[in-house]
Amino acid sequence: MTDPIKYFSSRVSAHEMNRREFIGRSMAAGLTLAAATSLYGKSAMAQEPKRGGHLKLGLEGGSSTDVIDPAKSSSQFTFAMNRNWGDTLVESHPSSGLAVPALAESWEPNADASVWTFKIRKGVEFHDGAELTIDDVVKTLQRHTDEKSESGALGVLGSIKGIENKGGDLVITLSEGNADLPLLLSDYHLVIQPGGGFDDPNAGIGTGPFKIDNFEAGVRATFVKNENDWRSDRGYVDSVEMIVMNDATARMAALSSGQVHFINRVDPKTVNLLKRAPNVEIQTTSGRGHYVFIMHCNTAPFDNNDLRLALKYAMDRETMVEKILGGYGKVGNDFPINETYALFPEGIEQRTYDPDKAAFHFKKSGHDGSVLLRTSDVAFPGAVDAAVLYQETAKKAGIDIEIKREPGDGYWSNVWNVKPFSTSYWGGRPTQDQMYSTAYLSSADWNDTRFFNTDFDKILLEARAELDQNKRKEMYRDMALMVRDTGGLILPMFNDFVNATTTNVSGFVQDIGNDMSNGYVATRLWLNS
Amino acid sequence: MANPLAGVHAARHRLKENHPLTVLIVERLGLSVLLLWAVSVLIFAGVEALPGDFAQTYLGQSATPQAIANIRADLGLDRPITTRYFEWLGGVVQGDFGNSWASGAPVTEQITKRLGNSLFLAFFAAAISVPLAVGLGMVAVHFRNRIPDRVINIISLAAISLPEFFIGYLLIVVFAVQMGVATFPSTVYDGMPWTERLAAIALPTATLVMVVLAHMMRMTRAAIISVMSSAYMETAELKGLGAFKAIIKHAAPNAIAPIVNVVALNLAYLVVGVVVVEVVFVYPGMGQYMVDAVTVRDMPVVQACGLIFAAVYILLNMVADLVAIVANPRLRHPR
Repeated sequence: MTDPIKYFSSRVSAHEMNRREFIGRSMAAGLTLAAATSLYGKSAMAQEPKRGGHLKLGLEGGSSTDVIDPAKSSSQFTFAMNRNWGDTLVESHPSSGLAVPALAESWEPNADASVWTFKIRKGVEFHDGAELTIDDVVKTLQRHTDEKSESGALGVLGSIKGIENKGGDLVITLSEGNADLPLLLSDYHLVIQPGGGFDDPNAGIGTGPFKIDNFEAGVRATFVKNENDWRSDRGYVDSVEMIVMNDATARMAALSSGQVHFINRVDPKTVNLLKRAPNVEIQTTSGRGHYVFIMHCNTAPFDNNDLRLALKYAMDRETMVEKILGGYGKVGNDFPINETYALFPEGIEQRTYDPDKAAFHFKKSGHDGSVLLRTSDVAFPGAVDAAVLYQETAKKAGIDIEIKREPGDGYWSNVWNVKPFSTSYWGGRPTQDQMYSTAYLSSADWNDTRFFNTDFDKILLEARAELDQNKRKEMYRDMALMVRDTGGLILPMFNDFVNATTTNVSGFVQDIGNDMSNGYVATRLWLNS
Repeated sequence: MANPLAGVHAARHRLKENHPLTVLIVERLGLSVLLLWAVSVLIFAGVEALPGDFAQTYLGQSATPQAIANIRADLGLDRPITTRYFEWLGGVVQGDFGNSWASGAPVTEQITKRLGNSLFLAFFAAAISVPLAVGLGMVAVHFRNRIPDRVINIISLAAISLPEFFIGYLLIVVFAVQMGVATFPSTVYDGMPWTERLAAIALPTATLVMVVLAHMMRMTRAAIISVMSSAYMETAELKGLGAFKAIIKHAAPNAIAPIVNVVALNLAYLVVGVVVVEVVFVYPGMGQYMVDAVTVRDMPVVQACGLIFAAVYILLNMVADLVAIVANPRLRHPR
């Protein structure tokens, strides 16, 4: 499904296809209109990259506790580092979010999606000159999944039972069918290392477009071009310098003074000021992260669906996006999925602010008195402001919300997932299945809305093993409706990733996979001057 | 001898008479060790009391129970707190601060680099600010209640009244963004040429100088003024000494104790308290290093940083006391 689109993209880049043709054919190949339109923009922009030069990035999220070992990557900084020096078996498509080949050339599931066979690319060289073998791949996955694993990817790979080399192909056996396995292998921890990285996990030897030149945790990392890169459509600059800048103002100053070419995490409150700088371009990407207000469906008074609906209708989503995200976000619809996910359920009516309906359900619930909401700015930037805003809009529906401000340190262990009504944040997951399994399955540790619905659980497990995309999409639609109409989730907004570049670089791809062009920013940018 | 300790007492007394400074230094050093030990207990208990342990905070949102258990078993976090503390203490007594839990690298190695950066910045900030503050203080006394005194006061008080990050931002906006003459970010790294290193720390040094200047300057001014009103200064003036000469020869030595105390406190601040300036200027010093370690509860690193910070404070205070004693005969020979 993705290969024809990739082909169309390359033809746009080569001026062989115009916009109308491209969008038409891509849609025929299964892309949505929005995805096809933005993909056209990218392909057209991706003309004639210039090579050479020294690219500098100023990044939030680095810490002196960072390590190169990709299994232990947890910061934004090491996430982007991994993308520079390493490759995963599979990548996700920048605009459709579907799995596309990387070190794995192609893959084939069995009938119930429980056994997967991956063909590994030939002729790929590691930075130390050794050739990539099936053995390296098998060992890498083993290191991330064996019983001694300390890998951050252990959670998504939990169902892997066997990893084998069968006649030069990688065969993965799962304890239950999972149609999303290829996408799960695009996780940024799963960088293929020589010998699986058992000998020296921090060696930083990979197959990526840049070799690590120097790494000082919490300070900076420098890279030089890998001349033997197996791909020619990335890694345009000669060298890359990533500098840890944890202060938002420092990042903005460094960018506007031209000291760096790219920064991440632009503060929505000041983005409009940064925009005024003549040499700066703001790069926003729709993200999967969402700011939420969560109620425990099994705890009084939230065990009453009418009260939950009342609180959902009392939320003014548009204002939230405007005031809390500075406009850099999209309204949510009380289920944790947006159009950046593959198989997004279309045609679900957008829930809007409706004081009358809120008042109606509130009355019907029979609840008397105020509702206690716990919050802290640790939950998400501006969470306390958002709570106050919510209090105001709920008041118009006759609902009295009492706000309790909790201390930031310990919020995640003492309030979130403990108290019945609080503000919180969710980063996205690579697939709908992952998102629902992490937080909405009855048995999930992080079922932070205490959503217990056996029908939902059943459909979730069925959908996971369903290889027919249309049937699967229908199932995800049913699940979304269940969460939206009976769950404890109030989801006012999805936040955009707000990055910024100087105007003398090109090639930024708005990749819906994750922040910073899904971490690939340094491999995709090139310098114009 | 009725009291077996009497002999020891007598010996101590004799030693004190003959080598008062040596005894004082040895005593203070002994106390310092005790103090450092107490600090280590406090830090250990403090980090333990924070919610979440290393395994949980380090893995963050991607943590699974199995990965957490693996890390805990790996580091021995599943053992009782006292066992872990004494194990750590045993290492430290032998000069081994252990390995960072996060990176697995020896703490000493990492800290040397960061401490070197911190001292580098602190040295230049001190080398500029201390003479400047004392000099300006003397000038202020000389022109007491006249225009130069007022100007010095207003400027230095304005500088200390602004939060340090704000001074930093102002300097960045003016010199790095608008005029484009200063180096920013101030990141320094191994193998960076000396001249570039100096250029990189220009703005943070300027910020620190402005932050610490007022305190030391005001103390110099106050101390000298109080001495100036004493009788022997009047005598100096009457015997015909010039004003500046009188300040330097008679007033300064007597005013030195309070000034040195303030200088020591400010020097300590320059080494251990500048995390905000480090963050604003993206300078890889000790402060940021310790904050990172605390965030993930990386105990060996937190402990080592805490001990170094405490040692710097203790050492500088001791030096200040010694200088005060050496400068003042009455303290040198206490009765």
